[in-house]
Amino acid sequence: MDYTVVIAGEAGQGLQTIGGILSKVFARSSFHVFTHQDYMSRIRGGHNFYQIRFSDKPVSSSKSRIDLLVALNRESIEIHKDRLTEYGMVVYDASYVKKTYQGDEFLDVPFESISRELTGSSLMSNTVATASVLGMLGMDLNIYEGIIKESFKKKGEDIIKKNIDASRAGYDYAIKKCLKCRFSVPSGVGRPGLLINGNQAIGLGAIASGCKFYSAYPMTPSTGVMIYIASKAKEYGIVVEQAEDEISAINMALGASFAGVRAMTGTSGGGFALMVEGLSLAGMTETPIVIAEVQRPGPATGLPTRTEQADLLFLLYAGHGEFPRVVFAPGSPEQAFYLTNRAFELAEKYQIPVLILSDQYLADSQWSYEGFDLSEISFTDYRLRGREFQALKQYKRHLLTEDGISPMAVPGEGEHVVVTDSDEHDEDGHIIEDAETRVKMVNKRLKAKMESIRQEISPPLYYGDERAEIVLVGWGSMYGILKETVDVLSSKYPISMMHFSQIYPFPSIKEHDFMERLKMAQKAICIEQNATGQFARYLRSETGFDFDLKINKYDGRPFMLDELIGQIEEII
Amino acid sequence: MSLDRELYKGQTPAWCPGCGNFSILETLKEALSELQIRPHQVTLVSGIGQAGKLPHYMRCNTFNGLHGRTLPVATGIKLANHEMLVIAVAGDGDCYGEGGNHLIHAIRRNINVKLFVHNNQIYGLTKGQSSPTSLQGMVSKTQPFGSLSEPLNPLAMAVALDCSFVARGYAADREYLKYLMKEAINHRGFALLDILQPCVTFNKINTYQWYAERIYRLDDSYNNTDRKLAFETALQWGDRIPTGIIFRNNKAVFEEKIPVLKERPLKNNFNPPEDLQTLLKEFY
Ligand SMILES: Cc1ncc(C[n+]2csc(CCOP(=O)(O)OP(=O)(O)O)c2C)c(N)n1
Ligand SMILES: [Mg+2]
Repeated sequence: MDYTVVIAGEAGQGLQTIGGILSKVFARSSFHVFTHQDYMSRIRGGHNFYQIRFSDKPVSSSKSRIDLLVALNRESIEIHKDRLTEYGMVVYDASYVKKTYQGDEFLDVPFESISRELTGSSLMSNTVATASVLGMLGMDLNIYEGIIKESFKKKGEDIIKKNIDASRAGYDYAIKKCLKCRFSVPSGVGRPGLLINGNQAIGLGAIASGCKFYSAYPMTPSTGVMIYIASKAKEYGIVVEQAEDEISAINMALGASFAGVRAMTGTSGGGFALMVEGLSLAGMTETPIVIAEVQRPGPATGLPTRTEQADLLFLLYAGHGEFPRVVFAPGSPEQAFYLTNRAFELAEKYQIPVLILSDQYLADSQWSYEGFDLSEISFTDYRLRGREFQALKQYKRHLLTEDGISPMAVPGEGEHVVVTDSDEHDEDGHIIEDAETRVKMVNKRLKAKMESIRQEISPPLYYGDERAEIVLVGWGSMYGILKETVDVLSSKYPISMMHFSQIYPFPSIKEHDFMERLKMAQKAICIEQNATGQFARYLRSETGFDFDLKINKYDGRPFMLDELIGQIEEII
Repeated sequence: MSLDRELYKGQTPAWCPGCGNFSILETLKEALSELQIRPHQVTLVSGIGQAGKLPHYMRCNTFNGLHGRTLPVATGIKLANHEMLVIAVAGDGDCYGEGGNHLIHAIRRNINVKLFVHNNQIYGLTKGQSSPTSLQGMVSKTQPFGSLSEPLNPLAMAVALDCSFVARGYAADREYLKYLMKEAINHRGFALLDILQPCVTFNKINTYQWYAERIYRLDDSYNNTDRKLAFETALQWGDRIPTGIIFRNNKAVFEEKIPVLKERPLKNNFNPPEDLQTLLKEFY
């Protein structure tokens, strides 16, 4: 069983609510769920859709074909009807879209009039629609009823009752009328799963890592991280500040970090461009900071609500001057959760900026999991506080040390002063210009740390045939689609995936011989969502390895599973 | 009892002899010692410029950041540790030009940060280009036809924005400057103290003599809580230039409105939450 449900309509019609609830019902019914969103940069009108795939086997990408389309307007039917599978169905409200469609695949459910009859208003139309989908699929209604009770708890019994009445009516109507429905959904086995998207996973990872300060300027598709953390700020003792611009956002976070708390900022490419001087400041002052860059297609404003992986080289090299950094590119919400924790640990341990590179596809895609292993989350306080700081005879913020790591004290917690400077400085943190100190400081800040940082970086994840002739290489949000592609194609070819989520510093080849696998493969294909093959270029610059095959997509939309499989089979 | 001023002793300044910055530096040390604020209890945040070097010439916690970005860093520090006195030290180019936007928003927030501006009406460090406060017509190598734009009036702007503390001092009037610094530090809320500072090397117009002829202290009868009067006073510039506390407005302070900061400074809460399970549960 492997179904794709698409809810389509205009912005403002509530398709996100319907999609959000249905995916939750599927996850709670213990199915594997993967969702992605396609929306326009507008508040009302246009055409948006929410795509849900659910299955009794793991899923981690979307397909082009639709099994059940919930069409909230006429345009949605026109746009998506050719995507229907053989027994695919469309559910819609003929009186609302003012057209009746003939054919076995159309089911007219009067969402609005059912809502009106039962509750006196059309407000419950989406409840009717949601429940009718569950009816068509032949699933139980009780999980949905549970969700209604939870989400309207604050609104009172009356609202709950109206919603439940509306849902039952929509459900019964669909069961009665959908004689052509051939869906067969087994009753769930296993445990209900959690459902989380990339932005939430970064936010959750930050809170779990003890992030106490988040300053940002809203920018799609990164805003979800800020919204999630802000929603937990009060409970978890976090200060979230909306800065006047991204320059301020990063500088505030650096101030907070200097003063003794774990701090983070987040943005998309354009905002990150504004932060670049601040990134360099973090490098010079050795102030820990975590930055989430959630990509959208550029250049400039680009396609604000769509996806691309074209900021990789920008992130690797952003910032004037030379300083150490780490760049992670999680491939799934799960990886985003653990890597955000790793980002904080490394930022604090080495007193460096750590960048988390995500994109709209990952940000807005939900994945289901049985759970996250919280014992995997680590926390070490690398700061010098209280008594330990007071006990020092003297203190130098930028003390020259063997490993390049100087003691990082919290200002005010001891009598010593903490001084740092964006100018080149001496051990005390005071401005200098002499050549000798300059060289010592570069060696400490950059060279001494760089090799140890590289040791912290894990090799790429290898999945599939150990002696694969075809190796699919990708990074960041390509993980899910590549993994499923390997699953599908492995019955036909000796194929595997090599996925990079710890991007920079490049994982040590001396220690992990992953490059051997690429060299042995007859066909290594680098698959990226950008026009110029930035990762392929980066890998070549680090290893000398040249990909002869590349697949690049830069239309702002994520790969569909069948689409990518088709493209791969064409070139191998 | 004042603290020993030796406590604040830092590096030897590399400013030009006669620079107005020397008296600002000494006055700041005096103000801190009289207020008994020890070096580790204050953080100076500066940007880039001759003014931005001040923290190196004394001893206290220091974040000497980027040109124009003093206020965001100061805001971050204050939010992470609101028990710390945070003073931003900036040049006129630094905070009225490069970082102008941050000033507007620091005033709006009313964060309890003090901003001391060394206003020499010129870019000192980069050797004499006109600044946002340079008088119209001031000729420099980058403005051969003279500064064409009108000068910014930072105090009128601050009053217009209902800034909670607006004052002007003069580097050479040290007693009064000390008083203004202490008032600014003791004020609860954002405080802008614009300090007229002669630049002996590059500003040949606004010299010690030029200022001496024009500057006067607001007298005791001046009502600095009257915003209209304050605006009028802030607009005075030319033959007579007022110094003193031009406007004062005791309104709610930003940090105090953040529930998380009620009990203790954020930095004291550095540990990660113990109960993550509750957070995770919401995703099921
Ligand atoms: C981003 C950036 N732009 C430009 C500069 C060069 N710069 C340094 S200080 C300065 C102006 C200094 O004027 P002001 O802030 O008035 O300080 P002063 O030296 O007069 O005290 C400039 C343009 C810089 N350091 N950084
Ligand atoms: Mg100046």
